[in-house]
Amino acid sequence: MFIVDYIKSIYGAMKSMGTGMKRTAYYFTHHKEIITEQYPDNRDTLVLPERFRGEVVMTHTEQNEHRCTGCTACELACPNGTIKIVTKFDISPEGKKKKAVDKFIYHLELCTMCNLCIEACPTNAIKMAQSFEHSVFDRSQLTKVLNQPGSKLEEGVE
Amino acid sequence: MYSTTEHIGVNELGDMIINVGPQHPATHGVLHLVITLNGETVKKVEPHLGYIHRSIEKMCESLSYRQFIYSTSRMDYLSSHINNHGCALAVEKGLQVEIPARAEVIRVLMGELTRVASHILWWGALAMDIGAFTPFFHAFREREMINEIMEETCGARLTMNYMVPGGVMFDLHPNFHKRVKALLQQFKDKLDEYDELVTYNTIFINRTKGVGFISAEDAISYGMSGPSARASGVSCDIRKIYPYGMYDKVQFDEVLLQEGDTYARYLVRMQEIRQSLSIIEQLIDNIPEGDFQAKTKAVLKLPKGEYYSRVETARGEFGVYIVSEGGMTPYRIKFRSPGFSNLSALDHMTRGSKIGDLVATMGSLDLVIPDIDR
Repeated sequence: MFIVDYIKSIYGAMKSMGTGMKRTAYYFTHHKEIITEQYPDNRDTLVLPERFRGEVVMTHTEQNEHRCTGCTACELACPNGTIKIVTKFDISPEGKKKKAVDKFIYHLELCTMCNLCIEACPTNAIKMAQSFEHSVFDRSQLTKVLNQPGSKLEEGVE
Repeated sequence: MYSTTEHIGVNELGDMIINVGPQHPATHGVLHLVITLNGETVKKVEPHLGYIHRSIEKMCESLSYRQFIYSTSRMDYLSSHINNHGCALAVEKGLQVEIPARAEVIRVLMGELTRVASHILWWGALAMDIGAFTPFFHAFREREMINEIMEETCGARLTMNYMVPGGVMFDLHPNFHKRVKALLQQFKDKLDEYDELVTYNTIFINRTKGVGFISAEDAISYGMSGPSARASGVSCDIRKIYPYGMYDKVQFDEVLLQEGDTYARYLVRMQEIRQSLSIIEQLIDNIPEGDFQAKTKAVLKLPKGEYYSRVETARGEFGVYIVSEGGMTPYRIKFRSPGFSNLSALDHMTRGSKIGDLVATMGSLDLVIPDIDR
């Protein structure tokens, strides 16, 4: 009886191996079902969904105007101190002092892409961009100033 | 004393003491096991923890009730959505806010998608531990579809941070319905392929049947939960016992098996995939219209007191315990993670078995190391 069981178990193992090999042969001959993407080569055609969170950017109009009032709501909402806002005082033509953003410093190396700053922003000044290839050779390049040089606040944003 | 195993090498009884990990492909992370071996027989397994301890609980004490939720996705990263759900439930208990029906359905849908993705990845990883490499790629094919759904609706693939106190962060993406339908169809076609490849494979059955046995009494006394305990016949599905969200309004079965071995744990998870898919099927056509987020204050303050909520993650019971002093940040947060208790039973399960069975048993427990260390 031992011999019969032994041969039976060998037969069973060979059979289940054959089932697996059948599956392998199926995918070997059906190229359309292969879903592997050749990532660095398909960079041009790669489309990421618009909600994908890659990095925080500040939107600028063509006149180099942004919507950030420097209210620091995003700085307070951030869980890990990614955003630091340096404010300055603009003097309006009437001679009034007005608080404005001088530097919107964004530490990409600390950011966890949790989206809380975007939710907190009352003027929709910042948004998430889809770029995800952030490797650089020096860590200091990851600290970014988001407002472009010479940009100013858009008209009508309070 | 931290460790009872004092020296690595050979002890006075002639037993060999070896390390598995912290860098080892079978531990799926930085788990360090010190194993006492008599020949090939395991005499003792001693897990050493702390390699990925990031003190998330302490960190949460300095974060506000909106902010701390994101850090819990980093604990059990394979069911991050359900972790976030548990935290949101605890905060909502304190705030006494009503969640819109649409948000509840979205939460449950996302939670079940996460559970399927987690179980599918586990299926591939267990087969890979045992020596079959191909299932790993089959698993990633289906998991990629779920990840794409998450990417489109939540904005991230793994650490979603989609739950906010009072609802969810965004509304569902217009493509969501179509993609989930395609996913259900894909699973209908491919689950049989899974069975064909692994479940009925003779070699797989021989490697797993009768291996790593734990009885129902021992599972309870070790505090095991989730599919690992349900394979021993312990009824512990939080979705059934303490229903949260929409779970009392959907039809699904709690999968219970009595065998308590690695193969039973495998079958429970395969059945749970089918149950989760049936929950998704029931809900996907009946998403109510309305708000996806309740109105909450900009600064959340919980009244003084203690709040506890529990959810069923892909690994077991996840509990969130918040002590509030009435301020903007919690006074103390404690997480009850399923992986820690499940790992503690590993020594009991593998004592006396061969070292090859240790890998199979460890794989069947579905350990996620950051969940154990926190």
